[in-house]
Amino acid sequence: MSYFKPAFRHPAAPTNSLGYHEDDYEGSLSTLCAGCGHDSVSGAIVRACFELSLEPHRIAKISGIGCSSKTPTYFLGNSHGFNSVHGRMPSVATGANLANRDLTYIGVSGDGDTASIGMGQFAHLVRRNLNIVYIVENNGCYGLTKGQDSATSDVGSHSKKGDPNPFESIDLCAVALQLGADFVARSFSGDKEQLVPLIKAAISHPGFAFLDVVSPCVTFNNNQGSTKSYEFVREHMEATGTVDFVPMHQEITTRYEEGASQEVCLHDGSVIHLRKGNNEYNLRDRQAAMGAIEQHKAEGQILTGLLYMDPDSLDLHSVVDTSDRPLNSLTEEELCPSLQALDNINESLR
Amino acid sequence: MGYAEVSLFGDQGKQTVNLMKSIKSLNEFVIKFANVNGTGSASANNMFAKAIFRMGIPVSPKNIFPSNIQGLPTWYEVRVSEKGYLGRRGGVDIVLSVNPQSMPDDVADVLPGGYFIYDSTKPLDLRLVRDDVNYIGIPLTEMCAREYKDPRQRLLFKNVIYIGALAALLDIEFAVLTDLVRSQFKGKEKLIAPNIGALELGHRYVSANFECPLGIRVERRDCVGDSILIDGNAAAALGSIYAGATVAAWYPITPSTSVVDAFERYAKRLRIDPGTGKKNFAIVQAEDELSAMGMVIGASWNGARAFTATSGPGISLMSEFLGLAYFAEVPAVLFDIQRSGPSTGMPTRTQQSDVLAAAYASHGDTKHVLLFPSDPKECFDLAIEAYDLAETLQTPVIVMSDLDLGMNDNMSPPFQWDPSRKYKRGKVLNTEQLDAMERFGRYRDVDGDGICYRTIPGTHPSKGAFFTRGSSRDEWAIYTEDGDKYADNMKRLLLKWETAKNHVPAPELREANHATDIGIIYFGTSAEATHEALDYLANEGIYCDALRIKAFPFCNMVNDFIAEHEQVFVIEQNRDAQMRSLLLIECDAPPGKLLKILEFNGMPITAGKIRSEIKRQLPGPAQVTPLRKKTES
Repeated sequence: MSYFKPAFRHPAAPTNSLGYHEDDYEGSLSTLCAGCGHDSVSGAIVRACFELSLEPHRIAKISGIGCSSKTPTYFLGNSHGFNSVHGRMPSVATGANLANRDLTYIGVSGDGDTASIGMGQFAHLVRRNLNIVYIVENNGCYGLTKGQDSATSDVGSHSKKGDPNPFESIDLCAVALQLGADFVARSFSGDKEQLVPLIKAAISHPGFAFLDVVSPCVTFNNNQGSTKSYEFVREHMEATGTVDFVPMHQEITTRYEEGASQEVCLHDGSVIHLRKGNNEYNLRDRQAAMGAIEQHKAEGQILTGLLYMDPDSLDLHSVVDTSDRPLNSLTEEELCPSLQALDNINESLR
Repeated sequence: MGYAEVSLFGDQGKQTVNLMKSIKSLNEFVIKFANVNGTGSASANNMFAKAIFRMGIPVSPKNIFPSNIQGLPTWYEVRVSEKGYLGRRGGVDIVLSVNPQSMPDDVADVLPGGYFIYDSTKPLDLRLVRDDVNYIGIPLTEMCAREYKDPRQRLLFKNVIYIGALAALLDIEFAVLTDLVRSQFKGKEKLIAPNIGALELGHRYVSANFECPLGIRVERRDCVGDSILIDGNAAAALGSIYAGATVAAWYPITPSTSVVDAFERYAKRLRIDPGTGKKNFAIVQAEDELSAMGMVIGASWNGARAFTATSGPGISLMSEFLGLAYFAEVPAVLFDIQRSGPSTGMPTRTQQSDVLAAAYASHGDTKHVLLFPSDPKECFDLAIEAYDLAETLQTPVIVMSDLDLGMNDNMSPPFQWDPSRKYKRGKVLNTEQLDAMERFGRYRDVDGDGICYRTIPGTHPSKGAFFTRGSSRDEWAIYTEDGDKYADNMKRLLLKWETAKNHVPAPELREANHATDIGIIYFGTSAEATHEALDYLANEGIYCDALRIKAFPFCNMVNDFIAEHEQVFVIEQNRDAQMRSLLLIECDAPPGKLLKILEFNGMPITAGKIRSEIKRQLPGPAQVTPLRKKTES
């Protein structure tokens, strides 16, 4: 396993529109197991942020506790990070976002962190439609404590320990849809082609964007009989369609045949193209999305790709009608009422 | 025969009430209203208290309410004291009873010679007649039934009628009451005339039927100066507005809910952006207290001033997050409006029983800055102080109020604000400062005071980003499991704790007029009762120096005070003498020296209790001649 990260950069490495190289978006060396799906997700985040030309210091990465929650150290080294409390990333992210609506928020969590200890916070974060990209690196097990089943482990799936999981699994995409999430997608850490555009689209979405990424645990849950192993997922995943994300101000270079793709235009001018695959339904139809998820599950398949999206989403700030300027930028003069106002209050209390 | 019997059998002309040995008192008494909750009685009773206050006489109203929406007994006790004693006195001179459910207890409460004013629509149960109590019957229900058609009006105006009756019985200036009605219903003018009508109804009835005023009465004075009457929760909320808090995250819990309610009320008036009409604040009702605390930490981490308000059960739930904020050094402001615990305890009764839970909240070695307000002005001032301290020290600060202070109107000096005062945002680096630096180290103790420099996310394109975490890290904020580095960091946090002692408000010392080796340590809502007890004791020749603690960590003055006195009574409202324990842990005091005075029945401690406990516990001779010379050190 490597313990040293070379500082070498290829002289011809491309830069983005801000002049950053892709490795400017990397973090420190991962300490996860070799082959861990999570590292691929980190790589996809790096790629997405690079390609979107985000300023690294204007991104905040927030996580809970667990293997997945460790990963923010391994990407976006020039961004502020907050590795918080188990299952409580949503609340910390909510506070952070309320304080400064102008940063990009990436929340990273795991299936234990979200579907068990953090289920309450997750549910309410969805309800509040906080403008954040919420990525669950879903491996169906607890890695740091050595392989216990998690709440997303499928019935009958068994990890390295060997006992089949007797309990019903929680499908976080279905939960998010049911709770009103306006951007719901599922992907696979082994499919960067799909994952990167999904992350880019999620970042550009104006409200809560949920990404459930099946990300196999090579050490505890990559065995025969597990429904979260690389092999199983590769063999059983089916995509809603191929996703292309075209950021604002970027020319569309790919030619899309009439009727062969669905387009979703975002308010910032970005466009998501979903090239049709075998699973055709209207992306803006929540019930159809629920149905498609259920149907694939019944058939033993994993439906991936963009499952649902409503670009007219109103985030928490819009709902509570906060100032357009970040609250943390308001000055003392703007926040502190006058002495006269206080005298009036005193007078009213006599 | 007393008056009681007369009133029991109907009105027989104008009655003189004070036939027997009745309590006679001018501007010094306690009245208790016994109502059914959910009937709007609290606002009428509050009008009574405010009227006395406007007549220049100090008052202290206390709402003693059940954990229930409608139908259970509720009481409202008002102490009227020209001498300015605002603590709970104990004993009741007048009961105004409109709740048959609690009548036996309410009759029993009246001091001999006191008055029992009741709804005489139905005859009084003869078993409730005491021959040492004056009974005054007013047919309130009957009057309402006659006067009003709408059942809701009958219910509400009953309260107003008895206030009118009290005005006659106690000699309250009627114009003061009508002014109050006018200001209370400003904007709802239609309600003014009926309310004044109801006051007149009550006034007329007792004036016609009884010799007014009673032996207990009020008379205008000039004893309240420029004081205000407000609950501590509203004061804390207003302090948060002036302190620049922008994010409030909370979960409803009695008795703290009104902190955020009041914050919202004030913010909607004082914090709307004049240009856009949008809010320069955000309030989120969280799914639980864990989440509320997480939001405060997230917002504070991101450079906003943020707070939450809760009570004991919330403190338990927030504990894990408090440990994170302590260790990761994120500011946070929390108002703990304490109530009776443990568990659900008595959720609508007061206590000071979260002292230890708050001081050491969370696992591992943690300590939190606590502030102890004792009146609304201090709720306002210490709220402002809390934000400055949290950001200066980069740690959670918990303002330890309680139900008695938080939910009752308390007489208080007016709020003050110095417009030249600047927020203390602590050691936060801006872009220029980061530019001038070679390398930023979040946890480097550059100044040697244990407080390091922090950055707000988004400040600088290439410098200042760091990873905040609850795991051990080195001074560059890099994850480490190196035990020495971990220990160095823990020691630095302790150094910061020492630094905090220079920043927190100092205790308030009240020295006795005579040299004494008896000391009293007290805090929060025990203050008024303690001051009153000190007066009584001094009259009996027992002199005590008194130190009111306003903050934890304790500064050296607390150590010195304990060292300078032979016995130190610690007055507090919990069972386990939690403040005493905290003093023993933190001040190195000999346990035998710190004596307990405790009240934990859910009611505010009284001066009488303090006085009798001190006399009981003092060693013999000291009771009469506590005049040993103070040891100079």
